[in-house]
Parts: sequence; structure tokens; C-alpha cells
Amino acid sequence: MMREEKKPLMTGTAAPRLDAWAKVTGRERYAADLYSDRFFWSGAKRAGIPHGKLLEVHTEDAKRLKGVVAVLTSADVAGSNRVGIIRGDQPVLADKKICYAGDPVALVIAEDKDILQEALDLVTFDHEPLPGVFDVEEALRKDAPLIHEDNPWGNLLRLVSVETGKGASAFDECDVIVEGLFETPFQEHAYLETEAGWAYLEEDGGLVVVATTQTPFRDRNEMALALGIDAEKIRIVVPYLGGAFGGKDGITVQCLLGLAALHTGGVPVKMWLGREESFLASVKRLSAKMHYRLGVKRGGAFHTLECKAYFDTGAYAGLGETVMTLGLEHAGSAYRIPNVTIEGSCVYTNNSVGGPFRGFGVTQVTAAMEQVVDMAAQRLSIDPLAIRRINAVEKGDKNCIGVTLTHSTGIKKCLAALSEHPLWMEREGWKMKAGQFKKRGVGIACMAHAMGYPAAVPDFANAKIELTMEGRFRIYVGIVDMGQGNASAYAQIAGTILNQDQGAFELVQPDTGRTLPSGSSSASRTTYVYGNALIIAAEDLKKRILDKALSFFKTARSQDIVLGPGGIGHREGKKKISLKKVAELFGETERTCKAYFRVPAATEMMDRIYLGPHIIFSYGAHLAYVEIDTLTGCIEVTGYLAVTDAGSVINPQAYEQQVHGGIAQGIGFALSEEYKVTEGRTDTKSLATYIIPTAMDVPDMVSIAADGVEETGPFGMKGIGEISISGPVPAVANAVADACGIRVPRNPITAEKILQALGKQNKQERPR
Amino acid sequence: MDDTQGGAGHGKQYAIQLVVNGDLHSVFVKANTLLVNVLRNQLNLTGTKKGCELGDCGSCTVLLDGKPVNSCMVLAVEADGHEITTVEGIAQNDQLDALQQAFIDHAAIQCGFCTPGMIISARALLSHTPHPTEKEAREAIAGNLCRCTGYVHIVDAILAAAETEKKEV
Repeated sequence: MMREEKKPLMTGTAAPRLDAWAKVTGRERYAADLYSDRFFWSGAKRAGIPHGKLLEVHTEDAKRLKGVVAVLTSADVAGSNRVGIIRGDQPVLADKKICYAGDPVALVIAEDKDILQEALDLVTFDHEPLPGVFDVEEALRKDAPLIHEDNPWGNLLRLVSVETGKGASAFDECDVIVEGLFETPFQEHAYLETEAGWAYLEEDGGLVVVATTQTPFRDRNEMALALGIDAEKIRIVVPYLGGAFGGKDGITVQCLLGLAALHTGGVPVKMWLGREESFLASVKRLSAKMHYRLGVKRGGAFHTLECKAYFDTGAYAGLGETVMTLGLEHAGSAYRIPNVTIEGSCVYTNNSVGGPFRGFGVTQVTAAMEQVVDMAAQRLSIDPLAIRRINAVEKGDKNCIGVTLTHSTGIKKCLAALSEHPLWMEREGWKMKAGQFKKRGVGIACMAHAMGYPAAVPDFANAKIELTMEGRFRIYVGIVDMGQGNASAYAQIAGTILNQDQGAFELVQPDTGRTLPSGSSSASRTTYVYGNALIIAAEDLKKRILDKALSFFKTARSQDIVLGPGGIGHREGKKKISLKKVAELFGETERTCKAYFRVPAATEMMDRIYLGPHIIFSYGAHLAYVEIDTLTGCIEVTGYLAVTDAGSVINPQAYEQQVHGGIAQGIGFALSEEYKVTEGRTDTKSLATYIIPTAMDVPDMVSIAADGVEETGPFGMKGIGEISISGPVPAVANAVADACGIRVPRNPITAEKILQALGKQNKQERPR
Repeated sequence: MDDTQGGAGHGKQYAIQLVVNGDLHSVFVKANTLLVNVLRNQLNLTGTKKGCELGDCGSCTVLLDGKPVNSCMVLAVEADGHEITTVEGIAQNDQLDALQQAFIDHAAIQCGFCTPGMIISARALLSHTPHPTEKEAREAIAGNLCRCTGYVHIVDAILAAAETEKKEV
């Protein structure tokens, strides 16, 4: 499996993932790949109606079916029957109300999948329909039907407002004011691996749940409360995920599986959502409606920004209000703006359930802000790159909510690199070469993305690394690897410190029984926070190894010996001791080192925004080449450049993958992706109607890492996971405007919308 | 999103024979059993993934008599007597196929859930088009969705594997 040469790992150089071999040979076992000789299937009966009072669930017919093990309702849930990390307003199994079509009303356990399906069809329920709420502004009207009657603010989950400087009154001091209403729809994560899991009771009563989740330790506490089980008795194990992107941040199948396992007499139980159910039941990127107004001075300096936004969190709170808040914190993108008024309303509806999605609210606001920036540039006849260079923040500046940027701030470097790239330099020539009935345009956009949790939420990791008795190193990975490659980055970090090759490492994937609490796989935090903790632990282990190894050498000075792949040698002599030999000198507890790291957090202006501000940000500048067929409206992104400041690079290949992947999801959001819900019912039920990009739909993409070091980061890095998804919508929209002079303010920018806008433009231009 | 193995008293069972990765397997299936479920549940070949069961995503791509098919769109009884190659059958003993090695070297894997299907589709391409253009490579995997990578490294890997195989011939 491993190559013969023992080249030590080194940060800053490309290295294959540790899971690569298992993944190309099909040996990697994901949560959905678990089977045994005897196991049961479980599945949820989904409500299928958007809003109603739940009167009675009828399970008798299903229970009578041969091969049905159990049919459970909310009455069978011993705990609070509620999940939701902030509000706890979402039922495990619906009890009083149905708030969206995906609410589960019953849980069926059966001997095989066919019987399960038949039994699910036999479960019925009585309900009293309630009028639904499907639009954020209508939801806030006084007479709107209430979704959560006990919420003191009606259908308003949270209002967040920020004002800096003179606020909106400073518009009087502006020479040019541009404004627009922008909308972004629900976006579905569409990870290839739908939610899945496997659960069983151990003989001592412990509940083991293997599940697709980004948040095992948080889930354990949520499950304990909801199901009425001692958290200590729950163990959550998380294999590599088949993608997640925020959609597995929190409870999906975990509680249902845990509940099922309590009713199978010890037989393991499996759950694996079909694609339609996954679309229906999983969280979506919150749709947003954003009124933007930007006031600019004649020279191009931004002076005043007003942003009024509505975010649709759907039926339950989930993390919706934090998604919106992070968006609002980035409402001004990567610019200095002295006078700002921001107001956001996060609103309950009977649409889907909103939640985290790579970009976490920032993708929405960046789509709007970066378009008004171009509109301002056009009004002032300033080049779109030039206006961005005038306003881009630098270290020491305040961001749009008035927080001083004290960490690495590389947006100007990103813009400089973009300005020197051939794709920028040669754009006019490329545009001129458009064929007949084709129009070409080039658009750019800037973006910022905060790293880690907001200040009020402690953001920490606990690393653990062990020298095994075989003389290898075992890293207890605290944070789920959903595909981004953080687990392999940990090996690269430890390998650099311990001077070991890749073959020396084993990774234990997150397991509440074996690895240590380190928070979620989210917020662009995984490598930064766990990597920092791991550096401390690995340095400690290195020192211990060298100290022990001294006894083999005729020296008392640890600087005379050196740790290398597989062993320790003397700097001058030829003598080499294997790590296996050294391991034998360690006591059982000494071979393992643990370390805690907490992300630096804001200590000032904690009341500036809900949960407090962030202080570490990554930055990006993107450029899109777009070609439009003026006869059909068809649009193609033919080239793409992303320059990113995410500090130093740990693994250039993995870094590039993260950027490419974010761009592809962003291009999908820009051109084709819209999770459509009509009157609370899903229109886009499959990958045939919810269109994510294929290899034919995305261009070759260029990713450049801007020079820069984040002093607090492990080997100088900061978060790279999310930032790139926020560029494509505005960059493409700006390119469309550049090509044809039209603006499509609601993505996806489809051929139909382009044709419609072109038609309108023709009418306006035609002389009367 | 699955179908458990035979048993359980629902419907008639049919005896079929499949040659999977060179080995002959005799299995009992129902009339509605999908090929992908036989591979995953009865033969324990879970390298073949499943992302939709509707033929939309390509995660379950296998070679059926050398041609790539979505194994969720093939009934097991239709495959009776045919040869099937899954991702587990691509490597020769411990020697990885050029595509597998190229996927590792070019970092064409992230979550890895699409990887088996990608490799199988690319294998089919290289068997009839040993020197594909970038466009041909992209077309060959157009039925295989990947949500992580943006496809750039996957296309690089396919073109690199073609180069490697050219040198080996």
C-alpha cells in the first residue's frame, strides 16, 4: 500500500490523502456501507403537508404487517423529543404540529426494505390543516398564521441590526447612490452520500450510532436530551463522509436511528435516506431577499451602506439565525465603509428547513454587495477592479460592522495578483473575439470569510497523538473529515514536526468513545483549530521521544540526536534506533500526548452583533469569463480565476481542490441550482430537476494562493473551506452585465431570465 | 436507500449467475432486485456506491460486458449470465490500475463517494479511446456527478492515466 521511499511529510508541499488508496479501490467503508448477517431497516413517515395540527397517528395497519418490528410515534420518545442547537424547537417525531412537509410523524422498523416501504405507506395520520406561510415578508405581517405560537416575536426568529458612523444619514454626503433588490434561492447541498447510519445497543446498555454527521459530540448531547438517555451512554462514530458542505451539521438520522435501536432487542438497525427524502428532509441554504443601497464619493470611496435583508429559516430555527448573522457581519464584503446601517430579519416559514451551507450566509450577501459595487463603478465610470482597490480593507482598518482587523488581511494582495493575471490583462481581446450572436463579458468579485465560531462561542480543539507499540503514530482525529481532507492535513502537520513519512501515520476518525471533543467540521475551522492543538501535542511527543531515546546513545544532549522516518539517529554516528524500540521504553500513558487549543476571539465590541464578532478572516478575488448566446439566452462560464488569501498553504493540491470545489458549487448556484418549494411542497425532488454542474458545465479553473501568513495559524494557514463559494454568483452576474448590459438580480441566472432581460432591454432601446 | 438480500418472503426468487470481477457467483434475487443491491448486499462489494437510485448521479457505475452502466438502472435478472466489473476488480492483485494511481497522484479524490463510478467510466473511455482529448474525458464522465472537486483534477487524472498507459504499451 505505501510506497517504499520514506520521505518525511512537509507542510507546503503536495501529499496524497491518507484515505486515497482506500477510496480508489472501493475499500473505504462509509456509514451506508455497513451491513451484517442480521439487521433491520428503519425509515420515517414524512408528513407531506406544510402546516397543520397533528391529531392522531394511525399505526395499527402497519404494525399488523408481517416483518414489521415496531412502529413508533412521539409517544415512544422518552426525552424532550426536541432537537435544535439554539432553540430546541424541532421535534424528533412530530407531536402537536406539522411545520413543514419533511416533518417525521412515525418511525418504522422492519425486517427488510420492501416491508419497510409497505409499512410506511400504511401509516396514516389525522390533521387539521392550517394556512401556510411561504414568503418572508408575508410571514411578518400581523395577521400571518403563526408557526411557533410560543415564539414571542411571531414568525420573526431574530432581528439583528448594526449601525456604524452616521448610519443612513450619511447618504446625504454621497455623490452617487446605487441600489437594488437581490434575491438568492434555497440551495441544496446535494452531497453524493445521502444521510445514513447504523445503530445498536450494546450488552451494557450503551447505544452506538455510526452516522453521517459533522458534529458528533454536539449530537451526543442533543440525542441525550431528546431521547432521555444519559449522554455518557451514547457513542457516536463517524467514518469519512461522502460530502456534507454544512448539510450534515447537526441531527439528521441520528435521533431516529437511536430511537429505533432502543426497540430492536439488540439487533442492529440501518437507515439510509433515498435522494427524494434527503432533499425533502435536509436543511437548505437559507434563501435571502436583500435590499442594498451603496453611497459613494466622486473619487470612488465607499461612504455609506444600507442593507436590509430577510433570511428564510423555514420551519425550525436550527442554526438559521447564526447563518444570517454571519451574513450580516460580511454585508460590506471586503471593504472599508465608514457609515453603515444593516438590518436582518430571520423568519420562520413553512418552506424547507434552513441551515448551514458552505458560505453560511456570506454567499448571500456577497452576491448582492458585489453587484452594487459594480453598479457604482459603472455610474462613476471607474474600472471595477480600480474601485475595489480603492476600498479594499487593510490590516488595521475597520470592517463593515466597525471591528478593527488585527489579523492577516490580504484582499489587496489578491486584487494585485488578479490584476497581473493574463485572464485579466487579456480580457478585452477575448471579448472582441465573440462569434456571431454571442456576447462575452468579464466580471470580478471580492469576498471575505470569517474563520471559526463567533466570539461568544468558545472555539477549541483537543488533539491527541500516540506513539504506538509498533513505532507508528496514531492521530485521534477530533473533527470529521467530510471530504475536505483535514484528517490528512493533520498527518502532514504532525509529519512535519515529527519528521515522519506518510506511512508512519494511522488516523482514528471521530468517535466520541475514542477521540476528544474538538467541535464541528464547519466554519472553515477544521485545520486551523485542530492543527494548532496538534502542533502542541506533537511537539510534546517529539520531546518525550528524544528524551527516552537518549539512553541508547552515548550523549546526554538531545540536540545530538535526530528523529527521522521510523527511528532516531545520532547526528554524527551511524547508530539508529527504531521507534518501536523507543516505544518499549514508554509507559502506557506516556506514549500519548494531548493538547488543547482555543481560537483567539474578540474581546471588544461583543455587543456589536449577535454572539459577538469574528477577528480572523480569509479573503478572495474572483474573475469569471462568460459567453452568452443572444438568440437563446444560453450562458456558459468559459474561464475562471480565483485568488485567495487563506494564509500559508499546508497542501497545495488540497488547497486547490477546496477552491475548485467551492467555485463549482458557486457556479451551480449562479447558473442552475434552485431548490424550489411551491406552497410548501418540493418541485425539485431529484438530481434530474435540481441541477448541479457536471464536468461539462464548469470550466478549467485557475486557483492562485496569495502570499501571506496568518501568524496565529498552524504553519501560517487560515480557513480555506468556504470562501470560494461566495465569488461565482456576483462574478458571473457582473460578467453578464458586462457582456449585455443586463442585470439578473435573482440567481440562478438561467437562459430564460437572460432572454427576458434582453427582450426588455430591446424594447427600451427601440425608438418610439 | 437499499434493498436487503433475498429472504423475507416477498415474491418469487430467481437463481441467476453473474461473473463479477472474474469470479462466478450464483445468487437468488427477486424480480425487482437491482444489480447494485446484489453487488452491495449479497456480494459485499460496497465499493460500488449509490447516490440516487434513479440513474441521475452515476455513483453506481459498473462495467457490464465492458460497457459502463448505472447498476441502479439494471435489474439483477437482466445481468444474468453477464460479466460485471466493479471498482474492486480494476486493480490487478495489489497493483493499482493506472487510473487509480493517477487519481491518487493528481488529488482527484475528496469525499470519494463518486470516485469508484468515475474510475469505472474513465476505464470504459480509455478502453475504446486510449488518447482522449480533454473534451472527450469530460464527456465520458458527464454522467458521473461530483460535488466536491469541480472536476478539474479528475480530468487531469484521466488524461495522465492515458499518458501512463501509452508509455506502458
